[in-house]
Amino acid sequence: MDTHTNSSSATTPTMLTGSEIIWATLVGEGVVEVFGYPGGAILPAYDALRKFPIRHILVRHEQGAAHMADGYARASGKVGVAIATSGPGATNLVTGIATAMLDSIPMVCITGNVSSKVLGTDAFQEVDITGVTLPITKHSFLVTRPEEIAPALRHAFQIAQSGRPGPVLVDITKDAQQATALFDFEAAKPKPYRPHPMLKVETNELAKAAELIRNAKKPVILAGHGIQQSGAMEQVRALSERAQIPVAMTLLGIGGFPASHPLNMGMMGMHGESWVNDAIQNADLLIACGMRFDDRVIGTPGTYAVKAKKIHIDIDPAEINKNIKVDIALLGDLKDVLEQLLPRISSGKAGQHNGSSWIKAIEASKGAVSVRDIKNIPDSGHLYAAHVMHDLWRMTGGNAIVATDVGQHQMWEAQYFHHEHPRSLVTSGGLGTMGFALPAAIGAKVACPDKEVWVIAGDGGFQMTAAELATIKQENLKINIAIINNGYLGMVRQWQEFFYDRNYESTPLVSPDFVKLADAHGIAGLAVTTRGEVEAAVNQARKHDGPFLLNFFVEQEDSVYPMIPAGKALHEMIRRPGHNPLVETPEDL
Amino acid sequence: MLHTFVSYVEDKPGVLTRVASLFRRLNINIISLTVGRSERSGLSRLTLVCEASAEAGNRIRASLYKLDNVLDVDDIAGAPSVTRELALIKVSATRHTRSAIFELAEVFRARIVDLTAESLMIEMTGVESKIEGLIQVLIESEHDILEICRSGKMTMRRGHHTSRVLKALGSDDTEQDSEQLTADSE
Repeated sequence: MDTHTNSSSATTPTMLTGSEIIWATLVGEGVVEVFGYPGGAILPAYDALRKFPIRHILVRHEQGAAHMADGYARASGKVGVAIATSGPGATNLVTGIATAMLDSIPMVCITGNVSSKVLGTDAFQEVDITGVTLPITKHSFLVTRPEEIAPALRHAFQIAQSGRPGPVLVDITKDAQQATALFDFEAAKPKPYRPHPMLKVETNELAKAAELIRNAKKPVILAGHGIQQSGAMEQVRALSERAQIPVAMTLLGIGGFPASHPLNMGMMGMHGESWVNDAIQNADLLIACGMRFDDRVIGTPGTYAVKAKKIHIDIDPAEINKNIKVDIALLGDLKDVLEQLLPRISSGKAGQHNGSSWIKAIEASKGAVSVRDIKNIPDSGHLYAAHVMHDLWRMTGGNAIVATDVGQHQMWEAQYFHHEHPRSLVTSGGLGTMGFALPAAIGAKVACPDKEVWVIAGDGGFQMTAAELATIKQENLKINIAIINNGYLGMVRQWQEFFYDRNYESTPLVSPDFVKLADAHGIAGLAVTTRGEVEAAVNQARKHDGPFLLNFFVEQEDSVYPMIPAGKALHEMIRRPGHNPLVETPEDL
Repeated sequence: MLHTFVSYVEDKPGVLTRVASLFRRLNINIISLTVGRSERSGLSRLTLVCEASAEAGNRIRASLYKLDNVLDVDDIAGAPSVTRELALIKVSATRHTRSAIFELAEVFRARIVDLTAESLMIEMTGVESKIEGLIQVLIESEHDILEICRSGKMTMRRGHHTSRVLKALGSDDTEQDSEQLTADSE
């Protein structure tokens, strides 16, 4: 990370207040934007903010601050910073911290706390936030003295982005912010990063892995989030192309391998296409690259790819043999490991030959399925979410950063919006946090002001954090919002349809008029009800100078297919219905 | 199976919580835990015994290493090692029954460390089974055990085995530190 040194305090030791030390350390760490919400215990820090070249984005709820810092980190690869006061301010961060933890996002959260003299006395707005967040942070610090602030913050930045990244919380008492101490940025530097002692790539393991790859007849690369985290896009592509290995992506792996690449099969798992999951089930070798065999991609452990040898490349030794027993573990940074592995993989014709018959078989298995795909059936006048995703992809050229929420629209986006570039899909995979999309998109837009940014959210999740519309307006951010409005908590309704006899208990949703809601925030908007209107509406949103909200009224009881019911094997998926009343012409493509 | 982890952790507030929390999260009961100062200043040494599947051992070790305050983890498993536990046992004893208890203590190589008109205290060091044995005999001999305090297991590998991680930490050259640390894995 670049070290920003336009503050003289970052180079020469100076007497500063703890508050000033907070900002000076952030400046030294290269931070230019933070997301936060002031309050009593963090007020001294806010009082000192104006002296430092840091842009503070005022959020409407601290959960939004955490998601924004998270979205900022996902879109840019830099550490996101969220700030909150003690007590409720700190606890409001919790969902956002857990979201970042489950998806290994580098983030530093700074909270104020009551004065050290009253710590542990249930003082006003006191909560033991380091205790509360213990299992959902990579590490945390409780700082009670001004001289500890810079070392703790610098250590926090190191921990957040080293190894397997994750969120770090630094809780700073009010008196530590108010007192003064000598600030020496260089002296506060943490000890050199200590890699996990179990990380080691054995040469003979590398050789065995290379041999497995050479001899495989039906190999599949499982592309995970680690590819983008490690920046191993080129290496994975080289491995895939050299040995002609088709690639299946996890949800968070999307963007790490270009969607248009002929060897990219698509997304695996619960809502992955049948040919992808079938390829995994029939494979004789799986090469897992920076993915953790989550239950949403394996179905059940006992039925998962039983014929396949498995090579697991990961930076976290605790992931090895956790869900799926593997034959070879290559522990380390994915990029480094692949750099060592690639010279052992020849681009000789043996690999090519073996690969191609396998690839042809996968291609052949696509045919029958894809004609049932919604975008291949004639227009019935109805509007389906898949249409919206498909058109958004087509019209943005797949170049936008898309922040999705959680539920049906998230899966449809993953299926129909084809991401070419890393860090272009911002979504909560591990924790599945509804309300993530809107604030995460704000973070992404702040990190990448020149990129086109879209929010795609359901009518349910959108309302969880809709207050951040005001943040968009206050910061005047050009963010386009697509609400996929089906009047239900759609994914839950789908589960009720499939597994609970269509007992739609507590899933029908009466929502406000989102266009009027946007209007109340000074944000333009438009409702869309038919497929024919989608293109013009998306055009209008993109051309509009300022944020724009599109409220897409889509088919209410549409479901995401294919689907692997929980507890079933990957090949036991519920396929798309052969008869779909939603009929469209192929010309619509 | 029974796992015994020996770990060096930073001697700071909250570190034990982080270690314990890991086992809590995995729903693994900690059978015994001893913590105390080590030969390195600023580092505590802990011996932790728990019941978990054979496969879980590696994952627990890997997860312990992920904690920022944990510097070294050794899964003792079946390695040649010395394990000891300390027990203090208070037994009700009058001047008529004392001598019988003295004899028992003699057999078990335990010591009497406190004596009053109504009770005495036995101090005993040994492996778990030896301590269990003394307790069993006291019960069978119908002595009234008033209190038992056991330290939990402490384990040390036999022979010239010291942690290379800790050796590396002793060096002042921090650059070299990280290199040695990387190289130090089994």
